[in-house]
Amino acid sequence: MAARKKTPGKTGGAPGKKGTAIKKAVKRANTPGERRVHASDAETVREITTTAERVHDSIAKGGRPDLALPVRALSNVSYDEKRGYLEIGKQRKVRTLSVNTVKSFAQTLRLMSLSKELVEGNDFATKREAYYISKNWDDAKFDDQVESDATMDDIEALFSVSSINREQLRFYAEEHSGSVSGPLIVVDRDNTGRVARIDCTNFGSGSYSVPNSVEELDFETSADFVLLIETGGMFQRLQSHRFWERSNCILVDMGGVPTRSVRRFVRRLSDEFNLPVYAFVDCDPYGIANIYRTLKVGSGSAAHVNKFFCVPKAHFLGVTPQDIVDYELPTHELKDVDVKRAKDALKNDPFFKGHPRWRSALEQLIEMGVRAEQQALAMWGLNYVIDEYLPRKLENPSQFLP
Amino acid sequence: MSKDKDGDAQQSFLFAAKATAARDSSRGGGAPKAGKASKRETPRSKTKTKTKAKPKSKATTKAKAKPKPARAKRAEPAEAPEAAEAPEPRKRRAREEAAPVTAETMSAKQRDISVSEFFAKNRHLLGFDNPAKALLTTVKELVDNSLDACDEARIPAEIEVRIDQLAEDRFRVRCIDNGPGIVPKNIPLVFGKLLYGSKFHRLKMSRGQQGIGVSAAGMYGLLTTGHPVRVISRTSPKKRAHLFEIAIDTQKNHPAVKREEEVDWEHDHGTQVEIELEASYRKGQHSVDNYILQITLANPHASITYWAPDRPNNQEPTHKFERVTNDLPPATAEIKPHPYGVELGVLMQMLRETKLRNLSGFLASEFSRVSIRLATEICEAAGIPSGRKPDAVGRPDAEKLHKTIAATKIMTPPTDCIAPIGEELLERAMKAIHPAEFITSQTRRPAVYRGNPFLVEVALAYGADLPADESGLVYRYANRVPLQYQQGACAVTRSVMTTDWKKYGLQHPKGGLPVGPLVVLVHVASVWVPFTSESKEAIAHYPEIIKEIKLGLQDCGRRLGIHLRRRKRDADEAKKRDYITRYIPHVAAALQEILGFDDAERDRTIETLTGVLERSRKL
Repeated sequence: MAARKKTPGKTGGAPGKKGTAIKKAVKRANTPGERRVHASDAETVREITTTAERVHDSIAKGGRPDLALPVRALSNVSYDEKRGYLEIGKQRKVRTLSVNTVKSFAQTLRLMSLSKELVEGNDFATKREAYYISKNWDDAKFDDQVESDATMDDIEALFSVSSINREQLRFYAEEHSGSVSGPLIVVDRDNTGRVARIDCTNFGSGSYSVPNSVEELDFETSADFVLLIETGGMFQRLQSHRFWERSNCILVDMGGVPTRSVRRFVRRLSDEFNLPVYAFVDCDPYGIANIYRTLKVGSGSAAHVNKFFCVPKAHFLGVTPQDIVDYELPTHELKDVDVKRAKDALKNDPFFKGHPRWRSALEQLIEMGVRAEQQALAMWGLNYVIDEYLPRKLENPSQFLP
Repeated sequence: MSKDKDGDAQQSFLFAAKATAARDSSRGGGAPKAGKASKRETPRSKTKTKTKAKPKSKATTKAKAKPKPARAKRAEPAEAPEAAEAPEPRKRRAREEAAPVTAETMSAKQRDISVSEFFAKNRHLLGFDNPAKALLTTVKELVDNSLDACDEARIPAEIEVRIDQLAEDRFRVRCIDNGPGIVPKNIPLVFGKLLYGSKFHRLKMSRGQQGIGVSAAGMYGLLTTGHPVRVISRTSPKKRAHLFEIAIDTQKNHPAVKREEEVDWEHDHGTQVEIELEASYRKGQHSVDNYILQITLANPHASITYWAPDRPNNQEPTHKFERVTNDLPPATAEIKPHPYGVELGVLMQMLRETKLRNLSGFLASEFSRVSIRLATEICEAAGIPSGRKPDAVGRPDAEKLHKTIAATKIMTPPTDCIAPIGEELLERAMKAIHPAEFITSQTRRPAVYRGNPFLVEVALAYGADLPADESGLVYRYANRVPLQYQQGACAVTRSVMTTDWKKYGLQHPKGGLPVGPLVVLVHVASVWVPFTSESKEAIAHYPEIIKEIKLGLQDCGRRLGIHLRRRKRDADEAKKRDYITRYIPHVAAALQEILGFDDAERDRTIETLTGVLERSRKL
């Protein structure tokens, strides 16, 4: 399958009127431009085959084959300010085939073979399904999904060097991804190749559900920005009251820490349409240090995939610690774990360490000793968030935390 | 019956009464009436009348009469229940009645306590706390005595133990040995008097040491069933056997012979003892079955045949253990006490009782390892003339002497008085009972605690038919006798718990026993094993003894550790070899799937890779 190419608009420009925006988006989608960051199916198959050949050649020569996996540990992670995400370093862990590694070596190759079969058959397997498929491998079967997941992570790390991620290897997560509504048309193809144009304004009181793999989707949009929301309840409110129409934005429900596919979905929107991305989460260390941080720069433990899954253009709309003061929000006390998490972020997280504004915001939060939820705004009226808070905030995107 | 003081007191009175009744009836010519168990449980009121009646029927001495008012007083509240509801006045009244208490009235209550009476009240001290334990203790006392007798007479022991269940809670224990027998005139004393025996007054390694056991068992039987002990003994094929039926008079601590006659007996020599008792038969760690198993482990020179009460066939023995060796344990010598082990009071008593005329002679001949020269030195150092008459040495001088002895360097006592089982026999016996993959043992050299020589033997069996995830079994022995109760209080258990078994490759929870298919056998042999109580259930925590046990455990543990490490290495090796043959085909199959080569190439890949890994493993 040929790589579909997309060009992000070089000139972002101020958000215009709805109609012109759609035209602009369509025009962009048709413009040939720089390659997407990810590889095509053909490249995936080629990488798998090349790796297998290297192993086979090494054996044929009477040597012991090895696989060089990037070390997936915080010691091998750095924050690349220019690119805007946590990046995996150059350390490699060479796994040489030996008596002790022969089992995992066999399992790794078996799983790679499965991946090739899936790509060629244009199918996928969830992590759980892959675990059950391994039950056909007699002695090489996985005893536990933890084992198959770990091997899968190894393979993903191995292929991340060639810009191939797990979804392209056709291994999908089980989790539900996230919901989308707003002025966005998703062009999707199902297994039969039938093309579906999905209008995300057309779901009534429901919403579009982000699929596990978003690589093959095409988009058309006239939106001015993407608004990511932490909780389903808040998303429901904004969606029901057609906030996307009023502000001409795409609403995305993250449901806590966003899944890989949501992050990838938003990343593509932000890259390909040069859309600003704003995050609207609870004001607590979890919302800031886990949800927002993972969205923006990725996570330390999966640094090998951050380059696909982070959204470096994301900004933090709220709720900020200063909002608690400005909007006189009702609060709860910070728990010990919250304080610990915030202090840990200040001390160890390369992202927060690199941003003075975040440092002072976190310090302010610790000093206040309280947290506030998005829904706390309801104290001022159920639709206060729609009528007052968000419009007022959106007047000054430059004030958003980095 | 209630366990409170009153209950016990009543029981002993009742017992005394019954004993009297039994004696009376036997004197009357009839056989003793079988005291039914139900009789023992007669209501209290009945007991009381009996008790009250008893002193009256006897010649009322001052001492005997005394308990009567006391009992009458106690009975009073029962007769006037309304008084019980108002405890305050009752107390006052009791005080009024008892007054005035003077030294004179109190002196009238002060009297001798017979040993038998004491133990009848405190039967738990001798191991008769409950019916199951009573059965075990009875069997144990009989078998221990038989083994002692055979060993001492240098006869390879052949012992038969038969337990018959007569009723729900009624058992008869019979033990027959081929020992030297007992001369008829001593039989009543051996079986009918507590603290009578040959073993207490000497320092010699033997199973029994106090002269309580068998008579206590007989007393318990009489107490619970009314049946006297039945003994048949024959000392030589030339003589006829004697049959005795003996009860024990608890107040006098004296045997009461119910029946004595000459009988024909199929054995040339030996003793048969029969005790009927109230008991219950259980399985498990504290069972008679387990005792029989353990006693054979420590006595590989004895043949023991055992008929359990639940045997399916009446004639077939439940267990028949043939001796593993024909060599008797070496005869053990009797030794004199070592000066280090003598306490001041004992020393003073010995000084009073000795027949020797002067102090240095006394020291040299009453103690082991004291020569005349050393005795003279001690006297000089203590500042007491060596020629002084021992009974003229006063308390202050005796104390000086005692201190001087402690400060003098004296050779450790002779150790030929202890007969170990021996490493080889221990291992053979262990193997016969626990077919383990690894067995090791160590007999340590004799050591001394408080002037008493002792010796520790340790055997370990690993990988026996035991669960791997439970605590290991600990078999404790003192002078070849298994100790089954009070495991927690025993120096052996303490030693096993405080040994670091993790070092030897076993799991070992803190403060517990090591976990695994493990049997730890510890045998402490001594001329005087220090037990924590008269029932001889646990060895006292002497640091010297614990140290020796731990050294033995550590030595055996190290050998076990080597074995387990080697086993693990072998298993790892086998596992690795297995890994190669198991997973290489999958490597090749996966490569074949991805690259699409033919089966021949796949097989070639398997072969090459196997060779590569086999070579790498050897490096």
